Amino acid sequence: MAKVLVFTEVTADNVKSVTYEILGKLAGNEVDVAAVGQVPAGAVAELAKFGAANIHSLKGDNLDNYSPEGYANALKEFIGNGGYDYVFAGSTSLAKDLFPRLSGMFDAGMASEVTNFTMDGGTFAGTRPLFAGKCLAKVEIEGPKPHFVTVRPNALGMPSSENAAAGNAADASVSAGEIRAAIKEIIKGASEKLDLTEANIIVSGGRAMKEASNFKILEDLADTIGATVGASRAAVDSGYAPHAMQVGQTGKTVAPSLYIACGISGAIQHLAGMRTSKCIVAINTDPDAPIFTKADYGIVGDLFQIVPILTEEFKKIM
Amino acid sequence: MNIFVCIKQVPDTETKITPNGDGTYIETSSIKWIMNPYDEFAVEQALLTKQANSGSTVTVVRVGGVKDTEALRTALAMGADDAILVESDDNLDSFMTAKALKGAIEKSGKTPDVIFTGKQAIDDDCLQVPQLLAGMLNLPSVSVVVGCEETGGTFTLKREVEGGALEVYEVKSPAVIACNKGLNTPRYASLPGIMKAKRKPLAQHSLADVGVSDADRRVKYSGFQLPPEKPAG
Ligand SMILES: Cc1cc2nc3c(=O)[nH]c(=O)nc-3n(C[C@H](O)[C@H](O)[C@H](O)COP(=O)(O)OP(=O)(O)OC[C@H]3O[C@@H](n4cnc5c(N)ncnc54)[C@H](O)[C@@H]3O)c2cc1C
Ligand SMILES: Cc1cc2nc3c(=O)[nH]c(=O)nc-3n(C[C@H](O)[C@H](O)[C@H](O)COP(=O)(O)OP(=O)(O)OC[C@H]3O[C@@H](n4cnc5c(N)ncnc54)[C@H](O)[C@@H]3O)c2cc1C
Repeated sequence: MAKVLVFTEVTADNVKSVTYEILGKLAGNEVDVAAVGQVPAGAVAELAKFGAANIHSLKGDNLDNYSPEGYANALKEFIGNGGYDYVFAGSTSLAKDLFPRLSGMFDAGMASEVTNFTMDGGTFAGTRPLFAGKCLAKVEIEGPKPHFVTVRPNALGMPSSENAAAGNAADASVSAGEIRAAIKEIIKGASEKLDLTEANIIVSGGRAMKEASNFKILEDLADTIGATVGASRAAVDSGYAPHAMQVGQTGKTVAPSLYIACGISGAIQHLAGMRTSKCIVAINTDPDAPIFTKADYGIVGDLFQIVPILTEEFKKIM
Repeated sequence: MNIFVCIKQVPDTETKITPNGDGTYIETSSIKWIMNPYDEFAVEQALLTKQANSGSTVTVVRVGGVKDTEALRTALAMGADDAILVESDDNLDSFMTAKALKGAIEKSGKTPDVIFTGKQAIDDDCLQVPQLLAGMLNLPSVSVVVGCEETGGTFTLKREVEGGALEVYEVKSPAVIACNKGLNTPRYASLPGIMKAKRKPLAQHSLADVGVSDADRRVKYSGFQLPPEKPAG
């Protein structure tokens, strides 16, 4: 049995859902949860159900906004005092930036973005994709503790059963220390929807979209089925969509339950970013498009005709 | 300014990946190596920063095998002034890589004003080296940078986060800046640039020279295998 801390980020009224996925896999260990800021009461109850013994809300000056140094200093102090063997987090934008810095401060090793793991005898062994998912390998961590691990959202799946623990909620005061790189401003993204990396359903458009305004038909479908819109690099490079929407080797790696590829040929670099999607649907005029070799369902036809029909049909049943 | 850029050599994105016989890594004999795509943005931003600050130098640093110094030569041909290669077997983890880069930068005798890196290496996809290096050098860092402006040694940086939102950071040099696609348009090496690159200095060190030993290993990989194929639909 290992002593584990799961670091999470607080959302409006809960914590990031990947936190529950991680808790599910940690059953049988001594597990605490910590967030910078106030963990909402509803989340405390939910975290307790899935095995959190202690739930810490870390508070201190200069921690309202994320900063790599402020968060790292605050957590260094807290983790050091807690005597943890492992520290986990979902591989969100924030954790991807924070965890390497933090692991370095402990002179410790870190496994990035694992898609599965075991804790046999309290020792971590993970699986992670390399080469943009073209290859998988086993990863283990050696050297000084705590060991750090980030987990790809949506990869483990939600725990299938509950595993109640005490769920004691407490505040802890921490210090951000010196912050040299600080946020001056946050510019909101175009989309208020779930980020691609967290989305459960994705509708993506490729070069065949022909112009930016045509993405409207994908937005309509996405709004109907609660999806987030993505794009191929050809669509991004042609200026139809911002880079934040790019799926693929040099864009985002995604693992939704459903991926709908519209007018995307299925180049190796695009597949690299979405091949672990649970169900892939492709719409393409070319029956020989490589995307069809990876698709669970293929529709040979013009996306400009098919997508609006799909939207209408889904509206009837949703 | 003393400007440093860290560049990695990675398999071309078209490469078909096959695990090697004993699953300890992938088959590397027939791989075409290229400069990590994100590192091209780092080199370009370094050159732009140099142009805006007369008297600056750009030093490119790479940790890896000697067999092929393509990525370093490309950076020199684009306009970097000198290069450092830390020779290694290419089997280091992120921690050892960052420690070797730190050692190489310190050994150069130049105190860095800014270190540009890519946001991620597209082979291992660990996204660890820039932040680890910053931590080891006790420097601030900003990663996934899509906007970079500098005046009088202060950088205004745009970092991309979830949902396409941008965090705008202000940081005084020295700092580590990890670059994302969209930051700039990397230049091509010109023919005279390529000719000149052949005569630019390239220092070589061993891992021991820069203070890295096998005791620094933190992450162990094994069992490389292909992912389960999705059945064709
Ligand atoms: C280093 C490197 C990194 C890369 N990284 C990425 C990456 O991260 N992500 C990425 O996506 N790509 C990436 N690429 C680019 C990749 O190689 C492809 O060029 C790109 O994915 C093609 O995009 P596409 O499928 O939209 O366009 P195309 O390949 O042009 O395909 C368009 C498809 O639309 C179909 N079509 C046309 N009209 C219609 C219609 N009316 N209805 C339905 N279908 C229609 C066509 O039959 C065709 O199959 C990278 C390339 C390199 C070299
Ligand atoms: C043949 C081979 C065998 C390997 N075996 C192992 C192994 O057994 N165990 C293991 O853990 N790893 C192994 N690796 C992986 C690898 O060497 C390191 O993990 C890697 O250098 C660190 O990359 P990263 O993904 O953490 O980089 P990231 O943190 O994703 O890279 C971000 C940025 O850091 C900089 N950077 C990264 N690496 C370098 C570098 N080498 N030189 C200069 N700048 C750099 C670049 O600017 C890059 O854009 C092997 C690699 C090869 C090619």
